[in-house]
This record gives sequence, structure tokens and C-alpha cells, in this order.
Amino acid sequence: MVIKYLLEKEFKQFFRNKFMPKLVILFPVMIIALMPWATTLDIKNINTVIVDHDVSSVSKELAETVNASSYFKLRDVVDSYEEAMTLVEFGDADLIVEIPAGFGDDLTRAGGSDILAAINTVNSTKGVLGQAYLQSLLQEFSARHVAASSAAALSPSVNISVKNMYNPLLDYKYTMIPGLMMVILVLLCGFLPAANIVQEKELGTIEQINVTPVSKFTFILAKLIPYWAIGLVALSFGFFLSWIIFGMVPVGSVLTIYFFSCLFILTMTGMGLIVSNKSSTMQQAVFVMLFFVMIFIMMSGLLTPVESMPDWAQAIAAFTPTKYLVNVLKCVYLKGSTVADLKTDLIALSVMAVVLNTWAILSYRKNN
Amino acid sequence: MEREIVIHTEELTKRFGNFTAVDRISFDVYKGEVFGFLGANGAGKTTAMRMLCGLSRPTSGTGTVAGYDISRQYEKIKSSIGYMSQKFSLYEDLKVWENIRLYAGIYGMKDKEIERKTAELLERLHFTRERNAMVRSLPLGWKQKLAFSVSIFHDPAIVFLDEPTGGVDPYTRRQFWEMIYEAADRGITVFVTTHYMDEAEYCDRVSIMVDGRIDALDTPANLKAQFGAESMDEVFRSLARKAERSE
Repeated sequence: MVIKYLLEKEFKQFFRNKFMPKLVILFPVMIIALMPWATTLDIKNINTVIVDHDVSSVSKELAETVNASSYFKLRDVVDSYEEAMTLVEFGDADLIVEIPAGFGDDLTRAGGSDILAAINTVNSTKGVLGQAYLQSLLQEFSARHVAASSAAALSPSVNISVKNMYNPLLDYKYTMIPGLMMVILVLLCGFLPAANIVQEKELGTIEQINVTPVSKFTFILAKLIPYWAIGLVALSFGFFLSWIIFGMVPVGSVLTIYFFSCLFILTMTGMGLIVSNKSSTMQQAVFVMLFFVMIFIMMSGLLTPVESMPDWAQAIAAFTPTKYLVNVLKCVYLKGSTVADLKTDLIALSVMAVVLNTWAILSYRKNN
Repeated sequence: MEREIVIHTEELTKRFGNFTAVDRISFDVYKGEVFGFLGANGAGKTTAMRMLCGLSRPTSGTGTVAGYDISRQYEKIKSSIGYMSQKFSLYEDLKVWENIRLYAGIYGMKDKEIERKTAELLERLHFTRERNAMVRSLPLGWKQKLAFSVSIFHDPAIVFLDEPTGGVDPYTRRQFWEMIYEAADRGITVFVTTHYMDEAEYCDRVSIMVDGRIDALDTPANLKAQFGAESMDEVFRSLARKAERSE
């Protein structure tokens, strides 16, 4: 078996490298331990300034309620909108809540009142979420007051009770972590084989291999097996870290995740191979890979749901293997989906794996 | 006595776009001879050699190496030849014995046989102490000797050597040529390119390429007589003067 000798070589070279084995440990640590905190979309501590024209017990209570919420931080209570604007302009506040004169009376007697909220939307996510948080806070606040004063007098209103399924605490980290596992695999299994093959081209060692009777298929397989192994080891380490640090274990079967990860790794290594076959320098290979990896990560639904992208962007996302893996990871981790529930992803990833790897083997030329 | 032909080419040509790197070359190489393949830089030696090794496909013309057609059976050729490229191409991050084992394994040798032959080879090269040394730590001359030994480790019919002694000191070059003769004595045909004209004198026959064509092909003695020259150096210079391609 020729492949035995080639595999020996690949593994020896990998473990002899001073940097590579450390990278396999370092990557999951950085991505699982650090990224969830950095990519969180939970907005906390929005700096708020209240303009109180009412100066009543109700308005004071509202100010306290705002301050008590972990979403808002009350910077100041001022008398005029202009004063509040100055704070915003200096960057000391992002949200102005203007309480009109007579707010307390209107609320308790008439059962309703108007409040002006002005939000700095330079950071639009912060703005939109801040508005949503404020709305729900005010709803609760007014409901409490209206109910206390004139419970029976009011017409019945519709209350929506929301149950957050699969991620009851709406903790952003829980949606991020499964998706981040994809990033580990993309980086280790996409970049490394591509870089490895181009390096052999640059050193000239690949020519020595090309002049031997070793078949394309054997040579490529020997290049890929180590990275499949490395990818799965790093992934397992990622599982372990997310359990230790965040107490997260997949609701579904770990085997399902491994199964889909193997398929995904196949697509990524196939792609890396194509890029390395077409590139003659390391610079070119790394740059082209970076281009694709950026698109793959941004379009994957890791950071923003694919469903909220415009149709044409969704069409592009449909061609990224990352989209399917992120979906699988989230579904298995949070919902406990099984292979049967994930048929679309299974088909998409399988087709991509076959196409990319066939292309990879065809594009590797021992003779030109 | 009819000598056995191991390399045969007819009108072999390689074009890259408008540039004709190798221009209709025809020649034969006989079994067991040391065949010198000379030419100035850019004359097309390496391109011609790559076609013979099955690394590059001819644009036109035909050729056989070890009985296999170079356009169609190039993968078969690869089992019968050894190749040592201009660029040093053993793995620097593998040990001496690991490089030997890798290539021997690729050519289908068995573990036991590899082990036995490796010990023999290292003994012969006086490399036994360097068995576990990383190839990167060896001096250039040693690396070249090792690369040559690896290229003939599987007893190929023909070995192709592309400027094997580039950058090596005269003493090591001498040793290297002794190794080449030993290989030839074992019946391995040696096809070698070189820039050193003293090395050309060591060859049984020599061809000289100018601008992609073979302008002269004979034994060193006959070539010197033909050109009325004292040395191969003079022969080479009188031919190279005609070259229109620059480096």
C-alpha cells in the first residue's frame, strides 16, 4: 500500500512543524472561548437620558424602572430636550426619553399617554434593539399602572405571551457557539491542505512525486486524510470547550454532528485542493482562499439569519456549504434534530462534496 | 551487434504559445550508456527532459522511453525511470532514512527490502551515522549524492539527472561521477544534463542543443575531431555562438 508511506510522511511533517500542532489547539480555544463574547448581539447598558416635563411620582418611578433594567443605564434626568441632545452629541447618551407634562395623570386616569423616544442609530442594531427593549419596558410599566388604578373600567386588551423555544433565555451565545464550530472547520480544513500543496509546489518536491508512478488519487487522499483527522480533533475539542465554559451540550446526537461535519470537511478540503491546483504561489492560494472563506462565513447565517437576506443574496448563500453546516449545528445543538430532519442539508452537502472533489482530482495534473 | 534502444524520439516538439522550446528533435539513447544532454541556458534541455519523464506532453512528434509511448503511456514510464531535478527535491523536514523509505515505498518496494537496501546504501555512502539526520542539516554535496541514490534506489531502467552537480565543489563532483559510472555498470542508462564541459568528457555520447534543436550528437572524441577542437569546451562554444535565443 503506497498510501501508508505517504501518510507517514504527512503526519511526520505535520507534527515536526513547530507551529501547526499548537494551532489545532489554539484555534478552538480562541474561537469557542473568545468569539461568543465578541459576537454577541445582546445590547446592554444603553446610556439613557430622561427629559422629565412631568415631575410626578409616576415619572420618577419610570426613571427608576429604566435605571433598574440591565438594558439601560440612566445617565441623567434633565429639564429640556436641548440639554438631552447635548449629551447625545457629546456621546454621553444614546437614548432620550421625553416624558410629557401630565404623563402621570394621563396614565392613571385616561389609561394612556405618549412618550417620545429618540435613539442614536449610528449603530443600528443597538438602536433597533434599544427601541424594542424600551417598548416592552413601557408596556409593562403602563399595564401595571393602568391595572392598579382602573382595573375594571378598561376594555379588554390582547396580551401576547411569548415562549422562546429552544433557547429560552434568548442568550445570544447559545446561537453563536454551534455556528462557530463551522469557523474552526473552515479555517483548519480549507486553508491548511491548500497551503500544504502549494508549499510542495514552491519547494519543487511535488515534481519529484509527479515523476513517480503514484496515482493522483492516492497522493491527494494522503494529503487530505491528515486534515480530516485534524478537523475532527479540533471539533471535538470545541465541543469539550463549549461544555466546560458554557455548559452547552448538544440536545441531539453528537454522531449526527460528526456525520455532517465529515461531509462538510470533504467539501472544504475539496475546495482547498482546487485552489491549490490552480495556484502556483502561496500568496495566490492564500488570497483566493481568504476571499472564499470570507464569503462563506458572512453568508452562512452565523451572524445574520439567511432568511432575512434579500432573495439574490439568499441564492448566493445556497451555494455556500457553510450555510448548511451552520443550520445543522444549530438544529442539532439546540433542537435535537436528527439526520431525517436535515435532509435538505444532507443532499446539498453531499452534492457539493462530490462535485468539488471530482473537480479537485481532475484539476490535479501530473502531466501537462 | 545491435544495441538495445531505451529512449527513442522522432521530431519531438514542445511549443508554449508562439515559443518553440523544443524544435523537432530526434535521437536514440542505448541501454547502459551515459548520455550527456548539453545546451546553453534556455536551449530547451529541461523541457525535453520533462517530456521524456512524462511530466510534460509533447506538442507534436513521438517518443518512447523504456518501450512506452511518451504521449499516451506516460504513467507507465514513471515506474521504469528515476529522476533528479535541478531543484533539490528531497523533503528537508524528513530524516535521511525517511526520505529513502518514502520513495522506495512509492515505487512499491516492501518494508523488509527497503530496510535491507537502506542499510546497504548508507554503508556504501558512508552515511550510516547520518541515518537519523534531518536532510535539511546536510551539506549540499551530501544532499545531491543522497538525492541521486534515492532516484536509483528502485533500480530503474533509466535515470534522468537535470544538472545534478550544480553548485557542488570539484571533489564532490568527482565522487558524484563515480556514482554515475557505478549506476551505468549496473545497467542503468544515465541521461544527464550539465553545464560543466569536463563532465561532458565523461559521457559515452553527447548531444548539444542550440535554440531547441540538437545541433551535434556523437562521442566526445568524434565531436572534437569534427569541430577540430581541443576540448568539449571549444566544441560547445563554437556551437553556442550560433544561438539566437538569449538566456
